[in-house]
Amino acid sequence: MRYETPVSIADAVALLQGSPARGQILAGGTDLIVQMRSGAANPQLLLDIKHIPETRRIEFSDGRFEIGAAVSGAELNENEAFKTTWPGVAEAFDLIGSTQIQGRATLGGNLCNASPAADTVPALIAADAVCRIAGPDGERQVPAESIITQPGRTSLAAGEFIVSIRFPRQMNRTGDAYLRLIPRTEMDIAVAGAGVCLTLDSEGRCATARVALGAVGPTPLLVNDAGAALIGSRLEAAALDSMAEAVAAACRPINDKRGTIDYRTRVAAVLARRSALMALNRAENRT
Amino acid sequence: MKRHVVSTINGDSMEFLCDAGDTLLDVLRNQLQLTGSKEGCGSGDCGACSVILDDRLVCACLVLAVETNGRQVDTIEGMARGDKLHPLQQRFLERGALQCGICTPGILVAAKSLLERNPDPSESEVRYWLAGNLCRCTGYDKIVRAVLEVASESKERNAR
Repeated sequence: MRYETPVSIADAVALLQGSPARGQILAGGTDLIVQMRSGAANPQLLLDIKHIPETRRIEFSDGRFEIGAAVSGAELNENEAFKTTWPGVAEAFDLIGSTQIQGRATLGGNLCNASPAADTVPALIAADAVCRIAGPDGERQVPAESIITQPGRTSLAAGEFIVSIRFPRQMNRTGDAYLRLIPRTEMDIAVAGAGVCLTLDSEGRCATARVALGAVGPTPLLVNDAGAALIGSRLEAAALDSMAEAVAAACRPINDKRGTIDYRTRVAAVLARRSALMALNRAENRT
Repeated sequence: MKRHVVSTINGDSMEFLCDAGDTLLDVLRNQLQLTGSKEGCGSGDCGACSVILDDRLVCACLVLAVETNGRQVDTIEGMARGDKLHPLQQRFLERGALQCGICTPGILVAAKSLLERNPDPSESEVRYWLAGNLCRCTGYDKIVRAVLEVASESKERNAR
């Protein structure tokens, strides 16, 4: 196996293009190195993208954050401005693994490992984040909800990789939140997760709302009907009920040791309600 | 093809040859004879191989040795100063904060990294910080007490 440390996006693209089929991006390695050890991954070329400056930056300009795909959870959660602006995303990232894992794990890796239960992904989808992707045909931008296509699979073409994740300009009266359920308080994988981001109008009514779910389908899900159910409301009981119904209707979970289909579906609806109320509270406090 | 890597381990410049797929833990234990870092799970769940890589606590089993080229690695072997134990090591002994000892090097390295960042942690902060270090013997209580005692001791020392 070859190991390369390109220092520019162009170098990385050229190396991936010049490589046989099994080129693999290494960022934090918290999933990949485990897969290599078990034999589930067997790359011929390992491309460590951490030497490319764009993958390691936390940028803030014109009211928008751009987070390098190889920024670790620990680094992102030490950035107070990001935490204040996107608390739901920061909290979702912080939920993953231990202190040791936080020192290495990355947003790009969480997206590309493509687990249905990836905690940052529903939060990124709710936030309407967009991935900046580089590849042989140049760069393109893909919404977070269009990256994972099935467990362990992404929509990235051969030779492409995620450089960074771009967040929309955050408006006043906007709040986001992400909650997940695990059977204990640390070090486990979501039974279900729900991320919500909403913006209020000047009257305190929901002007936009995005609701996304994790661990209740083959991929994280953006539930448009759930967001739509909140629009125009102040998150009164009726609006929350109809959002919860839309969430339950969208769930396509599996039965496994972490939870049954019925349990996951119910829990996802509860988490979405609580996330929505947290997001509302944050939006009301950010004027 | 073997890769030539130069990194600073416990303050000393070290050179080694490794395969691209070798983990830092493989190299520490099998080549550099630094066997204090233990292999528990090999998948980043147990923390027995905790080391500090450029001021970040990581699992050595989840870092490739080639990634450490030009970087600084601190392991349990660098914790004592000659014969003088680190205060955490001393307090773990006094309080019996270990039984079989396999998790202990990782917990000491993790606790040291916590106190360097947060010299006065709450009990809950200690428990969350160490959540990735599994111990199947002690029930954690003596470990958490020992870390808190070292923190409050150094706080008193600094206050004097």
